[in-house]
Amino acid sequence: MNEGRKEIFQIVFVVVGFIFLTKLFFVQVIDDRYAELANSNSILRVVEYPFRGLIKDRNGKLIVYNTPEYDLQVIMKDVRSFDSTAFCNIFHLTRQELRKRFKELKAKKKEYSAVKPMRFLEQLSAEDWARSEDRLDEFPGFYIQARTTRAYTTPALANALGYVSEVSKEQLKQDPAHIYKQGDYIGQSGIESFYEEQLRGKRGIRFRLRDVKGIEKGSFKNGEYDTLSVPGQDLTTSIDLDLQLYGEKLMKGKAGSIVAIEPASGEILSLVSGPSYDPNLLTGKNYSANFKLISTDTLKPLFNRPLMAQYRPGSIFKIAQAMTALQEKVISPETRIVCDRTIIGCHGPHTNEDLRGAIANSCNVYFYTALRRMINQGKANDPFADARIGLNEWDRHIHSFGFGNKLGIDLPNEKSGLIPTPAYYDKAYNNRPWKFSNIYSIAIGEGENLVVPLQMANFAATVANRGFYYIPHLVKGIGKDLKPLSPYTERHYTTIDSANFNIAVDAMQQVVDAGTGQWFAHLSDVVVCGKTGTVQNEPLPDHSVFIAFAPRDKPQIAISVYVENAGQGARAAASIASLMIERYLFKQTRRQYIEDYVLAGKFLD
Amino acid sequence: MKRDSDISGSMDWTIVMLYMALVILGWLNVFAAVYDEHAKQSIFDLSLNSGRQLLFIAASALIALAITIIDMRFYETFAYVFYGIILVILVMVPVIGKEVGGNKAWIGIGSFGLQPSEFAKCITALALAKYIGSVGFRMENLRNQAMLFIMIGLPMGLILLQKDTGTALVFTSFILVFFREGMSPFLLIVGLCAITIFILTLLIPNPIYLHIAIGVVLLVLIVTGKKKIRRIILLTVGALLISGVIESVDYVVHDVLKPHQQNRIKALINPDADPLGFGWNVTQSKIAIGSGGFWGKGFLKGTQTKFDFVPAQSTDFIFCTIGEEHGWIGSLIVIGLFIALLLRIIFLAERQKNRFTRTYAYSVACIFFFHFAVNIGMTIGLFPVIGIPLPFFSYGGSALWSFTILLFILIKLDAHRGQVLQRI
Repeated sequence: MNEGRKEIFQIVFVVVGFIFLTKLFFVQVIDDRYAELANSNSILRVVEYPFRGLIKDRNGKLIVYNTPEYDLQVIMKDVRSFDSTAFCNIFHLTRQELRKRFKELKAKKKEYSAVKPMRFLEQLSAEDWARSEDRLDEFPGFYIQARTTRAYTTPALANALGYVSEVSKEQLKQDPAHIYKQGDYIGQSGIESFYEEQLRGKRGIRFRLRDVKGIEKGSFKNGEYDTLSVPGQDLTTSIDLDLQLYGEKLMKGKAGSIVAIEPASGEILSLVSGPSYDPNLLTGKNYSANFKLISTDTLKPLFNRPLMAQYRPGSIFKIAQAMTALQEKVISPETRIVCDRTIIGCHGPHTNEDLRGAIANSCNVYFYTALRRMINQGKANDPFADARIGLNEWDRHIHSFGFGNKLGIDLPNEKSGLIPTPAYYDKAYNNRPWKFSNIYSIAIGEGENLVVPLQMANFAATVANRGFYYIPHLVKGIGKDLKPLSPYTERHYTTIDSANFNIAVDAMQQVVDAGTGQWFAHLSDVVVCGKTGTVQNEPLPDHSVFIAFAPRDKPQIAISVYVENAGQGARAAASIASLMIERYLFKQTRRQYIEDYVLAGKFLD
Repeated sequence: MKRDSDISGSMDWTIVMLYMALVILGWLNVFAAVYDEHAKQSIFDLSLNSGRQLLFIAASALIALAITIIDMRFYETFAYVFYGIILVILVMVPVIGKEVGGNKAWIGIGSFGLQPSEFAKCITALALAKYIGSVGFRMENLRNQAMLFIMIGLPMGLILLQKDTGTALVFTSFILVFFREGMSPFLLIVGLCAITIFILTLLIPNPIYLHIAIGVVLLVLIVTGKKKIRRIILLTVGALLISGVIESVDYVVHDVLKPHQQNRIKALINPDADPLGFGWNVTQSKIAIGSGGFWGKGFLKGTQTKFDFVPAQSTDFIFCTIGEEHGWIGSLIVIGLFIALLLRIIFLAERQKNRFTRTYAYSVACIFFFHFAVNIGMTIGLFPVIGIPLPFFSYGGSALWSFTILLFILIKLDAHRGQVLQRI
């Protein structure tokens, strides 16, 4: 039945072999085209790096741009013997260095390739590049690869902008789509990292024909297969570059931060972190050396304080406490509480204040009592259970201001701060019961609470808006689209009624007009609302804190200022905040003596 | 009776010599593919593919020895057990496998990876041979036939899930074995026609020409053959069916697929359509082979295959190195050796007295043939690019071991052919 099938197999095998050999005979012996193509070694792929998007300030002033940079590349198999003296002269090398460079390349076993371009010299200066351009054909195998590196118009805003550097091995591993290749640049922190996708653009590839000597003979098939690089999208930030520069000048020599926000939009007007560094140090040839210096600096210039420094909130927290207590109706604006300093320490000459007075005078006893009434509302008979219910309610309100969570700014590495929850205390007390007397220090902004300066500025903006905020953000426009990313266009309401905010606004005005802020924060022609804070930091001097917004009606700027180890909030921080407000609203410094005082920086005298 | 393990006397040394010749040539070529004259490398350097390939070859020798020592009945007796185990492993690979080059087809044992799909070929061959060789099996029985297709379909499907299309396609070569064992050629002819029609549809932009061609063939058949009504109706219906298939393939290709997907398929059929994109490999591969000329450039003297012009040059495109360095003469020798091996396997198959061994031998022949034909076919641009290794030449342990096991089980079974009862 299966007669002859064996033969079919044998015939098929032999015929296929015969077909292969015939085809091979045509390809190898008869057709010369392939040998020619191989000789010409034909096609070289040239990578065209895209322009990274530019970064501008809110008025269209350029902050970050690109400058060309030239690498000298080598394709080992194309290298012929060349005049090494001339080569060394052009590129400022000694013969030993030249020899060493070749050796180094060969030593890189995995990356070494005879056919792929490898970087021979990095980032030639413009002069070296110009000098080498027309003489390069004397050195077969060497090519110039042009690409761009970042440059900055000012030494400001380093931590917010972040920096760009070569993509690391780890990052390459975490790039499943293989967007990056070794040697590519990638945003490493700040805006450069957060908006990497928008900024990076797309690489292009050009196919070039080369002859036997490796000299380019134009494009392959008239560029039919070339892809052009696509530049990245430009970013318009909300930063006011003048205000930013002024803020950096004021913070010079100090540790701390300034965050200024436009309350009506959540746009960040300036974001100062002190001490900082010049972003131009982290570009180009000296990146590695400078990065080592900056990252090991004991003053931690890479530490982005507005987002990452966590402080106890201090007295400023009393405004949030006041509104929480009002919302829970355990006090009214008219409630007076006797300042009985046997319960908890207090300061200043006051005895029996109402709510506005208590905020203006920062009365500890008042807020201790208010919080006790809030925590122990008698909703349960057991004092422990009652405290748990009360604290839960309190948390709900405080979190709605954006405290205790990351706000979600468009920068990496934001810290969340800490607002203690019942679960937190359970853990802290090893599941033993706790009640008001264990946790009362949160009443006056001490204790376990932690906030970051950004949250404080956002809080000022929330009060300025009478009850809502937009998530603070730095980028207000991407490419031609003058809108921020969608999370930044949504209003976030607090759990507090808008009417209650008016009490806080009154009190904050009183602070600046007649209270702790009257000497340094008061401005003529505009009503400033503010609150001082002095954060204990034993054994070192206290941190000076001030939040404010202005004008009182239709506020244009909300601000938080932290100056570490500078004593009372009423001095250093209040001065800086008021100077910033003045600069933003009036475009000038009207109180030179305050600026001189800040620049001198002797706040503790 | 001689001891079961000592089969050196009855072993087919011709096939062993062919095997050794191919393995050694393969090893030298793996070295040639990575060789760099500047680097002063040694062929034994373990950081190079050639050094590691030598270790794989040494392991193969041990495997071959082990196979000849194990009792011959072992392979038939446990064929279904192995089959079950490999199915379980293939199911587990996507879960426990490690990712190599985008697909999870490997399982790691320490730093060492194995590709279970390679071994599935050999085990499926054993299981099919056992089934076909079992008492009561009749190829004409449709249920038996269906069972055969299920047996190749299961591992094939699981391997397709690992996105290893090339290895999955190898399993279609078993259909040739069924044909040898009595399956009607109808299925093969229909399959070939379908593939031809599909490819023609892709190559010819306007399907109208195909319809005209079919009409002409139909007319010729009607005019030249017996003019019976029944026959004419049957032929017409057949022609209409084929036209319908062409229309639907044309619709899918030109209207459902997006332009870049169309290009991909076209480049698969005709690499010249896109020499720098999907056709890049084949273009470069042809340049390399073509530059070899009649005598070749000499061992280690190749330029095209040294410099990464040809991708996957140690594995799927290894034949380029032969073509470039040894020219047409070298290609002739390698292709000659493969044909000799294939014919020798058929020779061994046909001298078996039992159906199990014969079926198995044909499976071995068909698997080798598939790899040989598809791999060399794609390197010289006669076949779409499907990533499967060239036996004994492509770098890699799993493939080499799998081919060694395939071949040596056959050698073992053949050596004992005198001891089995006739069961055909």
